[in-house]
Amino acid sequence: MTELFINAVVSGLLLGGFYAAVALGLSITFGQLDIVNIAHPTIVIFGAYIAYILNETFGLDPVLIGLVFAPVFYVLGMGLYRIYYYSFERTGQESLSGLAFFFGLMFIIEVCLILTFGVDYRLVSAPYIGQTWKIGFVDFPLRMTVPFIVAVVVTLAVYFYMSKTFQGRAIMAVSQDRLALQLMGADPVKVKQSALGIAIATAAIAGALLIIIQPIEPSVGRLFIGRAFAIVVLGGMGSISGTLMAALVIGVAESLISTFYGPSWAPAVSFGLLLLTLAFRPQGIFGRA
Amino acid sequence: MKINGFWIGVLIVLALGYAFTFFVDNEFYFFAVYVVLQGLIMAVAWNVLGGFTGYVNFGSAGFFAVGVYTSIALNKAFALPLPLIIVASACICGLIGLGTGYLTLRLKGVYFAIATLAMAIVFETVANNWEYVGGAAGTYVLQPENSFFFDSYVEFLFMVMVILAVFATALSRYLSISKIGQGLAAIRDDETAAECMGVPTLRLKLISASIMGGLMGIAGAPFPFFISFVDPLSAFSLLIAVNAIAMPMIGGTAYWYGPVIGALLLGTIQEITTVTISSELNLLVVGSLLVAFITLAPQGIAGLIHDLKNGRQKAKDKSHG
Repeated sequence: MTELFINAVVSGLLLGGFYAAVALGLSITFGQLDIVNIAHPTIVIFGAYIAYILNETFGLDPVLIGLVFAPVFYVLGMGLYRIYYYSFERTGQESLSGLAFFFGLMFIIEVCLILTFGVDYRLVSAPYIGQTWKIGFVDFPLRMTVPFIVAVVVTLAVYFYMSKTFQGRAIMAVSQDRLALQLMGADPVKVKQSALGIAIATAAIAGALLIIIQPIEPSVGRLFIGRAFAIVVLGGMGSISGTLMAALVIGVAESLISTFYGPSWAPAVSFGLLLLTLAFRPQGIFGRA
Repeated sequence: MKINGFWIGVLIVLALGYAFTFFVDNEFYFFAVYVVLQGLIMAVAWNVLGGFTGYVNFGSAGFFAVGVYTSIALNKAFALPLPLIIVASACICGLIGLGTGYLTLRLKGVYFAIATLAMAIVFETVANNWEYVGGAAGTYVLQPENSFFFDSYVEFLFMVMVILAVFATALSRYLSISKIGQGLAAIRDDETAAECMGVPTLRLKLISASIMGGLMGIAGAPFPFFISFVDPLSAFSLLIAVNAIAMPMIGGTAYWYGPVIGALLLGTIQEITTVTISSELNLLVVGSLLVAFITLAPQGIAGLIHDLKNGRQKAKDKSHG
């Protein structure tokens, strides 16, 4: 019983670390820039398919593919912000139209993936997938451990970028006081553009990690919408360290529920937690009031 | 004058619907029009909250599916007649709308959007695990023998849908032209200012959230009898959620007739693409139209019509003055 429990907690922590990679980009866009990029998880799936293609044709390592494509996604993200800015933010219509815009974008990406790849599950091959380390009775499947390590490193990198560099601090500032940032001589539009670039870049890495953990098909992204938003809200909107903590909490909660009650209830965990948080503590568990 | 025009239109639509059951034999047309009307009710319902107040509901499919499953459960347990089932679904979904609204409508609009999305997934998980109504495997629903005054149950369902669509449209029109509608528009434009002017914003938002939920429940209630096999995938269909947003956005959210125009247009296009090409392409069409409209014509078709009218009026005024 205790063995089962400890194994469930460990695999929850590993899973949670990966969730942090998915939620990281959303934490930047939604938490800091106030851009409700509901298409983020679908962009993660898009990244996963890129990893799939390159792994299938050249046998490259998925993590490597994710890291190489991060700059490409950075540019895509900047382009996306341009469209968003000129169509909605400049005219002050971001609330309703902006939401619907990303909702539509989500569908376009998803359907394009379905039309290209079909709805079959796809997976990648790498030497470490399928191996398991054992420490005592605790299992560390490398399929989960490698994504966990990469995700935590990426999250910490973003954390230090945000808190230590000028660019990163400017991103934190633009969400707090746009005018003050302008007075400091930084252009809010450029700052936000690079922030969305970073957010989308993390999606490339998260996608590569996702396809290591589980086989994917285009609509898998929808399950991550709720998880990612739950993590961002629980983590206190835009706090990177809070996002990591919340991701671990959600991962462990899901793992415990699926071990002791059955996997079919797992999707409800994050959404249930999200609803409860919104109802009773909207600033998030790790957020300041 | 204007009120008469609307009610004459209502009578004409009802009469046309009834005549349709007499003169059309091919059942396909009933199915096609049924789907369009279902989209219309969902679009009108979404617009009551989304269009009038600016609070986006992403979980339309959740409300719809609660209507569907209420219907299945009541039919299985008590074999109630359809009209009673519809009323019950409307009440339950209305209460869910009220509850969600009560918990999240005091926060920023984004939280409501996410909460509705989350709720849809929670309901889907419950439906997947609730064996009584079929669970993940789904369940068959037999159409009742009694089809009232119609030749077949499909014709009866079709007429029910026509009446419900007219009811939903009339209700949303009433909301938008009444004092409530003015309050809702004030919330959409500037919630703080509205609150300061004494508009009871929370109460108005809760009213429209309940009506939205109720109308979505109505749209879902007849669905199990219509498709006769329901599983969570079909009840929580993605297309329903997208359409509920895309139709009003394309038609124009600020006017009560916007979602009607959007639903008729988009619904018909979808029926044609589904039949002639494929259902995946259908989703792509909706998504692209949605993105194209919100970036290029955020006021939708109704807004374009409105601008055209105003433009003409201005041109007229100029030539006279």
